Formats: sequence, structure tokens, C-alpha cells
Amino acid sequence: MEFANFLIQLLNSAQYGLLLFMLAAGLTLIFGIMGVVNLAHGSFYMLGAYLAWWLAARTGSLVLAIILGSGLSVVFGLVLERLLFRHFYGRDHLDQVLLTFGLIYIFEELRAILWGDDVHSVAVPEALSASIPLTDTLSYPVYRLFVSAVCVALAIALYVLIARTRLGMRIRAGAFNREMTEALGINIKRIYALVFALGVALASVAGMVAAPISSLYPNMGSQVLIMCFVVVVIGGIGSVRGALIAAMLVGLVDTFGKVLLPSVAGMLVYMLMAAVLLWKPEGLFKT
Amino acid sequence: MTSRRLVLTRSAAVIGAASTGLLLPEIVRAQSGKVRVGFMLPYTGTFAQLGVAIENGFRLAINQQGGKLGGREIEWFKVDDESEPSKGVENANRLVQRDKVDVLVGTVHSGVQMGIQRVARESGVLSIIPNAGVHAATRGLCAPNVFRTSFTNSQPTLALGEAMVKRGHKKAVWITWKYAAGDEAFEGFKESYTKAGGTIVKELGLPFPNVEFQALLTEIAAIKPDAVACFFAGGGAAKFIRDYAAAGLKGKIPLYGSGFLTEGILEAAGPAAEGIVTAMHYSDSLDTPRNKAFRLDYAKAFKAQPDVYAVQGYDSGLLLVQGANAVKGDLANKSALYKAMEGATIDSPRGKWTMSKAHNPVQDMYLRVVEKGENKVLGLAAKALADSGAGCKLG
Repeated sequence: MEFANFLIQLLNSAQYGLLLFMLAAGLTLIFGIMGVVNLAHGSFYMLGAYLAWWLAARTGSLVLAIILGSGLSVVFGLVLERLLFRHFYGRDHLDQVLLTFGLIYIFEELRAILWGDDVHSVAVPEALSASIPLTDTLSYPVYRLFVSAVCVALAIALYVLIARTRLGMRIRAGAFNREMTEALGINIKRIYALVFALGVALASVAGMVAAPISSLYPNMGSQVLIMCFVVVVIGGIGSVRGALIAAMLVGLVDTFGKVLLPSVAGMLVYMLMAAVLLWKPEGLFKT
Repeated sequence: MTSRRLVLTRSAAVIGAASTGLLLPEIVRAQSGKVRVGFMLPYTGTFAQLGVAIENGFRLAINQQGGKLGGREIEWFKVDDESEPSKGVENANRLVQRDKVDVLVGTVHSGVQMGIQRVARESGVLSIIPNAGVHAATRGLCAPNVFRTSFTNSQPTLALGEAMVKRGHKKAVWITWKYAAGDEAFEGFKESYTKAGGTIVKELGLPFPNVEFQALLTEIAAIKPDAVACFFAGGGAAKFIRDYAAAGLKGKIPLYGSGFLTEGILEAAGPAAEGIVTAMHYSDSLDTPRNKAFRLDYAKAFKAQPDVYAVQGYDSGLLLVQGANAVKGDLANKSALYKAMEGATIDSPRGKWTMSKAHNPVQDMYLRVVEKGENKVLGLAAKALADSGAGCKLG
């Protein structure tokens, strides 16, 4: 592999890794703080992508669609939390798996009823539609760089929220010891609802931002779900920092695996997961 | 709780089976009454629209012939196969054992087809395949009672390779999903491309249904082949086409593919798809009176535009009508029925075609180019192309 080509592939892996991080961050948050296994996480990604498509067609602007869509996703997350998830925090993981697995089917069916089974796509906004030529045959789409920038911004925002704010302190306290936090007069129910809505919004925003470089198609959520779980498990369940590092690792292994070892590329990511689990059974970063 | 419910449903099934005639002697029903036609198609999930199009096409063909099979009325049965391979055998048996169908029409997904194939071979029921291109069904596992009206996975690419060399592209990169259909498509491409004097400089693949193409597109840009040939379909195809253009490869390295690359996704792929050349046995824009008449009839009957899947369903109907008419509705006369179907010439919207010895269409392949969001026909890529039928001992 030529050096220039190597650098481009490195860029590809970073870009894929960042996207994976944004997808997995919401999952690991909900998992780590409320202890809920949320198999429907991929459906929120799909919801975001379809919302972006639907709203962009109505408003004529992807930026507007993403802003509106984020708001809708937060509301949707709050409603779901109030109606369903709130009643499952203390329950067995199997109950949660059954609930969220059922939700996958419900969301798929709703998607089919509302938006049909067609393949759709979202146009890249005019301002970001250019490509930067890297070699004489290869250009890099500006929008992909934009996606990476959004992911980095969200990662920083998440870090600041959780590590540096009063709300973040309460969230961490709630995850650490729920009873004690409640005894201190903190409304833990409200915090849980917020965290859940945040998790839903993160997945949904990932879907919206990725919509122009991904196409929209039935079952798109289930495909990303598995990768999300791999990232969360490698990173350590509940650790946002772990998810970031794991996502970058997965991006690296997946990208270079496809190029250097194409015959086993499908397996490599899972081998990475197995290796990490052998070395550190609780993932890279224990919470 | 669960086990009691299971017992209840199972006994209900037995009673139901008894009342629908499952336990009656075979001869009693043989000639009397209606022909039982069963659809086993995807009515939910990713391929739901394909299932509907196939059923519509099939019904249109029958209705145009008076709505009967060899003078007998038809009773219809339907099972949603959900494109779920693990339920293939079970679902096929619902039609064959519970509903006692005379004909099983299905399906789209190749994995599910293997389940149908097993049931068809064991029970001997007439099976018509309206889409799934899995090789084994008309090769190693072919059967006298199994007929395909669509294609084998390697048929479109078998026409593609030679066409690419003729257009001056001697060095190509092949890219696909690494799964059965992708591998079978590659088999056809490799054979025709190398035979015509082309060289496949690299074979790229990614696991199905992974759609993160960026790394492989970077690789293609570094190799700089004369052209790229691929097999993708559905949502992944739309994404591949858009990524290919966004990476700056469109216009520099021409993109070719099996026709499914540009079926049903042209709106989603947008301008990125313009100029892609594909090979397939049909095109919506095929300019023949037969195709135009078909498209008009279909649009009138179903208020929707037909696609290649509707054509394949339609041809399945035409094939069955020809067979049933030849035996005057006596579908139990299997040897005469199969002989008539084997000898049939189908006057299809895609052009006339016949059955190969292994029961797969011998058909023309068209070279098509995407122009203004349509698959425009450039001409014939191959005339009367047959699948090898390797390993099939029929005929």
C-alpha cells in the first residue's frame, strides 16, 4: 500500500469510527445509567434518517429538518420513557430485551405504513456538496468531513455535559447509587427521563446526519444495531469514553480488514471483540 | 401457560387439517373442483413490494386467459414467507400439506427458495420460481417438477463481461457482497469477461449487507482499472452508486453491473446513477409492442407501474396456463403437463423465451444505460443466453 493511500484509508477509518461512536453513545448511556438493554436503538437511527428525509422534503432544507427532527426525537424519547421504559428500569434484562425486540417490529411496521418500503435518499446540502480532490482518481466528499466534525462536536459536548456540569454530576450520582441520590432530594425520575430522551436523540441525530451519505431502506436500523453493541461491549458497558475508543478501533479494523484481508473481513471486528473480552472481560473501560 | 397454548393450537391445526380434506383420500379430489394455486411470496419486510408485483403479474396473465386453467376454476392460497430462510420448509409445507395446492408459486429470496426446493423435491408438487436466482434450483438440485421463469444469478453477468470488453474495457475490478448471490454473479462475470479477453485485476468484497464502501472505493481509485463491474441490489445499491460518485470515480472509471444494480432505486440514486451500464433480461423502457401492451394492461389493472418482478410473475402465469391448457386442466397428468411446459415458448414482455433442459429460461439479455432516471436499452448483450445447468441430469 502506498503511503498516500494509507493515509486516505486512515481518514476513512476515523470517519467511520466517529459515526459509529455517535450511534453507540446513546446506547451506552441508556445501558450504563438506567441499566436498560435497548435493542430498539437501531430503530431510533432509522427514525432519524426517515425524519430527515421527510422533513427535508417538506421544509426544503436539511439543516432545518435536523433541528426540527432533533426536537421531535427528544419528545418521542420522553413519551416512550413515560409510557414504556420507566416501568422496565428495575426489571430483569430478559423483560427489557422482549420489550425492545417487540418495539423493533412495531417501528418497522409503522415505518412501512407511514413511509412505505421504497428506497429513498436525501440530497447533500448545496454548501457541502463539493468534493476535495486527493489523487487524480479519488476525491473526498466534503459532507463526510462535515459528518465527522458533527460527531467530534457531539463527543465534546457529551464529555462536558457529563464530566463538567451539575446535571452531569447528578446523572453520574444516579448511576452510582440511585437510593442515595434520591435521599439527597434529587428527582431521579426526571433525570432518567432526560437521559433516555438524550440517548434517543443521539441515535436519531446520527441517522439524520448520516442520511445523505447512507440511503434510506427498510431494516436499516437492525444493521447498525449489531455494530453498536460490538462497540459498547468492547468499550465497556456504560462508558462513553470507552465507546469512543472502541468505535475508533472498530473503524480501523473494519477499514483495513476490508482492504488487506478481504476473505475474513466480515469476521475481523468480532475477533477484535473476542480478543478484548479475553483480555478485559468487562471491556476496555469499566464503569 | 405456553405449553398449554401450544397443545391447543396444535390440536386445532389437526382438526383444521381434517376438515379441509387433508385426511381424505387423494383420488376423491383429483379431477373434481378447482385447481389449487398457492403463492409463497414475501408480503412483509424488505421484499414486500416484489411479492406483490409478482402476484399481480401472475393474476394478470391468468385473467387475460379467461381466469381459468385448462377450463377449471382456480382456488387461491397465500403464505407470507417473510424472506425468512429458517421458515422456508415450514411455510412451503403449509401450502403443500395443509392446503394441498397443485402448484406452488414462489419465491424471491434464494435462501427461502432452497426450503421450497426441498419440499418440492420430496412431495413432487409443481413448483414455479418467479424470481430467486440461486443456481442449485436448476443445476445440482434440479427436478422435473421445478420450473424457473426468471434467471440464474450468473445469467446477467454472463452477458455483461463480453459487452464490457467490446466497449474497450480490458482491465476490470469486480466488487460485490460476499454471499451466495454475489459469488454466483461473479462466476458468470469471470467466465464471460476472461473468455472475451479481459483481465480481472482485483476482486473486492464486503460482508452482506454491509454498506460501508469507502475503504474499497479508495482501493479502486488506487488501482485505476479501465472499468468496475459489480453486483449490488436494493438500498445498498443506491448507496454504492452515490458513494461511487461522491468519491469522484464517476466519469473517470465507468461503472457496470448486473441489472439489479439499477432496478427500483434510480430515484433514490439520483444523478449519480446516470451513465451506469448494466445487463439484464428486461427493461421498463423496452420499446416493443408486446411490452407496451403489457405495461398498459398492468397499469390499468393495478394502478401501478410494472417492473421486472411483475414481468416474471406474469411469465409464471403464462407458463402455467400453457401447461394446464395442454392437459385440459388435468394437472395430475404430470408427464404430459411437464412436457408441455418444457416445450412452451413464452411470449413475454421481455421478448420470447424458451425453457432450457434444466428448466431455466433461455433468454435475450439487454445492455442498458441509465439516462434521465431510466434504464434505456442500448441493444442486445447476448442472444438466447442459457445457464449451463451444470450438474442437472434432466432431459
